[in-house]
Amino acid sequence: MTDLATSEASGLTLTETDDGAARLHRNIFVAIAALLVVAPFAVYPVFVMKVLCFALFALAFNLLLGYGGLLSFGHAAYFGMASYVSAYTAKNWGLTPELAILSGTAVGALLGLVFGALAIRRQGIYFAMITLALAQMVFFFSLQTPRFTGGEDGIQAVPRGSFLGLISLADDRTLYWLVAAIFMAGLLLIYRIIHSPFGQVCKAIRDNEPRAISLGYRVNRYKLAVFVLSATLAGLAGATKAIVFQLASLTDVYWTMSGEVVLMTLVGGLGTVFGPIVGAAVMVAMQNYLATLGAWVTVVQGIVFVVCVLLFREGIVGVIAKAIRKPL
Amino acid sequence: MFELLGVPPQALFGQVLLGLINGSFYAILSLGLAVIFGLLNIINFTHGAQYMMGAFVAWMCLNYLGVNYWAALIVAPIVVGATGVAIERLLLKRIAHLDHLYGLLLTFGLALIIQGLFRNQYGASGLPYAIPPQLSGGHNLGFMFLPNYRAWVIAASLIVCLGTWFLVEKTKLGAYLRAATENPTLTQAFGINVPLLVTLTYGFGVALAAFAGVLAAPIYAVNPNMGGDLIIVVFAVVVIGGMGSIMGAIVTGFSLGLIEGLTKVFYPEGAATVIFVIMVLVLLVKPAGLFGRAA
Repeated sequence: MTDLATSEASGLTLTETDDGAARLHRNIFVAIAALLVVAPFAVYPVFVMKVLCFALFALAFNLLLGYGGLLSFGHAAYFGMASYVSAYTAKNWGLTPELAILSGTAVGALLGLVFGALAIRRQGIYFAMITLALAQMVFFFSLQTPRFTGGEDGIQAVPRGSFLGLISLADDRTLYWLVAAIFMAGLLLIYRIIHSPFGQVCKAIRDNEPRAISLGYRVNRYKLAVFVLSATLAGLAGATKAIVFQLASLTDVYWTMSGEVVLMTLVGGLGTVFGPIVGAAVMVAMQNYLATLGAWVTVVQGIVFVVCVLLFREGIVGVIAKAIRKPL
Repeated sequence: MFELLGVPPQALFGQVLLGLINGSFYAILSLGLAVIFGLLNIINFTHGAQYMMGAFVAWMCLNYLGVNYWAALIVAPIVVGATGVAIERLLLKRIAHLDHLYGLLLTFGLALIIQGLFRNQYGASGLPYAIPPQLSGGHNLGFMFLPNYRAWVIAASLIVCLGTWFLVEKTKLGAYLRAATENPTLTQAFGINVPLLVTLTYGFGVALAAFAGVLAAPIYAVNPNMGGDLIIVVFAVVVIGGMGSIMGAIVTGFSLGLIEGLTKVFYPEGAATVIFVIMVLVLLVKPAGLFGRAA
């Protein structure tokens, strides 16, 4: 289960941060911020918010797989459960949006702690299967507790409420700034985690676990920590999505959602900092424009999956990084 | 009318039977996964879709070609197994040298494509497949009514499972297979065509899934989604059993089906999740699974 992310980017140390790369990353952050400011005036804000929610979800997933080397196939559980909790607390308890999102995120973190503790007991494909099976358990729970989740209907007409009880978020543009801020904070946090000593240890574990153990690191603690961080951020994404679309439904906890986030990360570039954002944008755009194709969307997604794995493992941003010989 | 543990015996035995039937499918499918995993180191995510294809090929045989159930039982595994051979040769071979997680991702993509294609063609609602006339009806055993077809499913899957076990553990071909699993390079040096063995193994594992699909066709409505959810339960079964042994896959498959059936009697709400709960418990006590070797 080693070098999943690095094997493809051989000769290119994506993790090394020399001065040039740091400056480049700073410029990219400025560019993203600028783009976020302009975007709602150029594109339909709800579409941008959808991209941002899924981008945050994919970033969270990539933190686990790209930097922790752990392929979770059940990330829909944290995303979907957080989405339910946030929708439920906003609608039935009348929490303000920021508190609803926080409560959803907290539940994502808690679920991540429990599931992570179980899953890291096995490695590789077993790890993937366990996370998938646990996520399916969450799906059945959601299906069978209609009083909480609304069953097949989901929780609809979730009130967007007012931020801090003061600023109404009913208007898409107003809500957009909150979503953009959450996304930016998540992105910066992940960037910080990746480049912290903690992140370096995670990468060491990803590349060579026995060596990390022999160096004296308590590998399982690091794995669990990165798992919980990833689940928390996935929860944040799901909770935000529930407020944006005023809806939490079974689609968000179903296993195809877990597959979708893997695909976003793969398309954008596994183990790259910015890849998941590009991947999410591409996939959400594709879903929007291919919606008329109906059931063919699954087929197209499957083909993208197969092509990515066979021919295009570096992903979009990975290819660019290779071309300019700088880690992205 | 006597009662067993507060449950009428008809309901109890009915669910036990249903549990054994589900267990038959778990056993065949996890067996196929185990065989494929052993040699290719790939978790075949397409397995559920291939099971569904088996059922559909049987349905198509009957409705387009007038080929009956018994012939379909042979034809469908061969046809679907052949597509498996093609998939291995064209796609899986290219990623064999990579991290095995790429195999999982590739087969996941394939599953999406296959399910999507069938959904476009046949819609998501089920197509009926009649029980073959030779197996309709049933026997009254005194304590319960046993439909012939269900008895046949259990018997057939037991025969196939034990046959596979015999093939892998007791024959020369099986010895080659096990040798190639342990050390492919060395096995090849002894003059055994390992790539061919790999291809045939994948084809065989896929054929097993298709066989299960044909068995399932008269019980469940034939529909594109029939494999998707089942395969995740089978993954849980695999985690519980540990992919160490063929016998492990068979025993865990049947017993978990049985446990699921019993749960349906005593605590219906828990039936959908009981296997996952057991998985969690097993992981806590024995992370390598019941029959697995320690990682």
